[in-house]
Amino acid sequence: MHPAPSLIFFTTLSGAGFALLALACLGIAPSTGWGGLLEFALAFGLALSGLAASTLHLGRPERALKAFREWRSSWLSREAWLAFGTLGLGGLTAILSLTGLPALFLGLPTALLAIATITATAMIYAQLKTVPRWHHWSTPALFLAHAATAGTLLAGHRLPAAILLVLTAAAQFAAWKAGDARTGPTTRESATGLGPKVRPFEAPHTGESYLTREMVFVVGRKHRLRLRSIGLAAAYLAPLAFLAIPPAPLALPLAALTHLGGTLVIRWLFFAEAEHTLALYYR
Amino acid sequence: MTDLPTHTEKTLGLVIDLDTCVGCHACVVACKAWNTENYGAPLSDTDAHGATPSGAWLNRVHSYEVTPEAGPPRIVHFPKSCLHCQDAPCVTVCPTGASYKRTEDGIVLVNEAECIGCGLCAWACPYGAREQDPSQKVMKKCTLCVDRIDNHNLPEIDREPACVRTCPAKARHFGDLSDPESHVSRLVAERGGMDLAPEQGTRPVNKYLPPRQKDEEIDILAPLLAPVDQEPGGFLGWLDRTLDRLG
Repeated sequence: MHPAPSLIFFTTLSGAGFALLALACLGIAPSTGWGGLLEFALAFGLALSGLAASTLHLGRPERALKAFREWRSSWLSREAWLAFGTLGLGGLTAILSLTGLPALFLGLPTALLAIATITATAMIYAQLKTVPRWHHWSTPALFLAHAATAGTLLAGHRLPAAILLVLTAAAQFAAWKAGDARTGPTTRESATGLGPKVRPFEAPHTGESYLTREMVFVVGRKHRLRLRSIGLAAAYLAPLAFLAIPPAPLALPLAALTHLGGTLVIRWLFFAEAEHTLALYYR
Repeated sequence: MTDLPTHTEKTLGLVIDLDTCVGCHACVVACKAWNTENYGAPLSDTDAHGATPSGAWLNRVHSYEVTPEAGPPRIVHFPKSCLHCQDAPCVTVCPTGASYKRTEDGIVLVNEAECIGCGLCAWACPYGAREQDPSQKVMKKCTLCVDRIDNHNLPEIDREPACVRTCPAKARHFGDLSDPESHVSRLVAERGGMDLAPEQGTRPVNKYLPPRQKDEEIDILAPLLAPVDQEPGGFLGWLDRTLDRLG
């Protein structure tokens, strides 16, 4: 699948933002005073810039609001509503919390909504039977794991963040291995109904098309192992090393930044490595 | 509403004969021509006369080499357009309701004024039936030429999809697949019409007729027959004898 930068930034930044918002709303991240203001601003900044990036993916971004309509059947629409609800309720929680009023009665539902939002984001991909690598429960699990790790780092909890980094790294590694083996039920023979052995002889078009650009993306797989190593090093190992540096004000931002950077690489691979059944017709 | 209809009055679709398709791409061109000038946004191209031409098409013809268990491989031309699935995943993933399946005849369509161009429907389709128009940035797909089949301004013979009307090999057939007596249903029954990628659970309406078996054996007496023209006469005979003499 085509690794669109808009979608890579959307999933990475909004995931981190919503997770931090959930932690702040629960009072697990700093949620009062200047520290609280900074955390809430960071959470909203990340979530909103992620959502803004997602609209750049649209062919007709001026019609983005129409995406709220079909929540009964569409995960993309559900994601839009859940994000809207989380940000709205999160805003109220932030005001109560920053003014020193009791906020947990709103914070708890906000945190649940934030988790639901991240899950819905992942379900946009996990629902697709056409992409075997995504069509699995591990897709939402990993989106949640990455969001939780980034949120905990940004919330400034050193030990929990280190534990989450190790767990997410292991989960990501296992998901790569499992994804490599998951080819899905469709073969070139079943896709064409011709058998027993089918080989593409001539493509329908000599140049590139929307179909080949979006769904028959091949560049990423060439450097798969190198990119996976870079992703593992940047997203998990480097942040763990930074967390070992004594002064927290330096260690945590460095760890969070490298983790988010590494997550961008891992998300790039999430798209680039995924193969669509359509590719069977072409290759 | 992007829920799929539980029942459609008709089930219009195509039956494509892989045995007779000659791979001429006439259906591809006829489709582009009709759908550029009629229903919805024109099907645009980018760099049409340059080094890297690209564009939106609703129908494309692949060619495959199929190797049987025994015997030589053969080439099968394989036209592919929207299959108007009964359980169309492209419809249910649409966040705006732009993508829908008509209750009256089961045709899957895009309301272009509502489409935000997110492309999720193209991702959900196993067959590559949907493309984003490079200029209008809305999703385009086969409409079974809705503006032809119901168009009473056209002579009756033209009230079928452009690809079917133009096919010189008569490899494409259009009709109501819910009516067991329709000519398309009879073709499917007689020739073993099949679904593409049935395991995807899309329940496609369009059916493909598999290529017929080729004659595998020649007459066992053939080697015993005398060559038809062992002693050519006239100029060729003279040439044959002269070349033989040259050794």
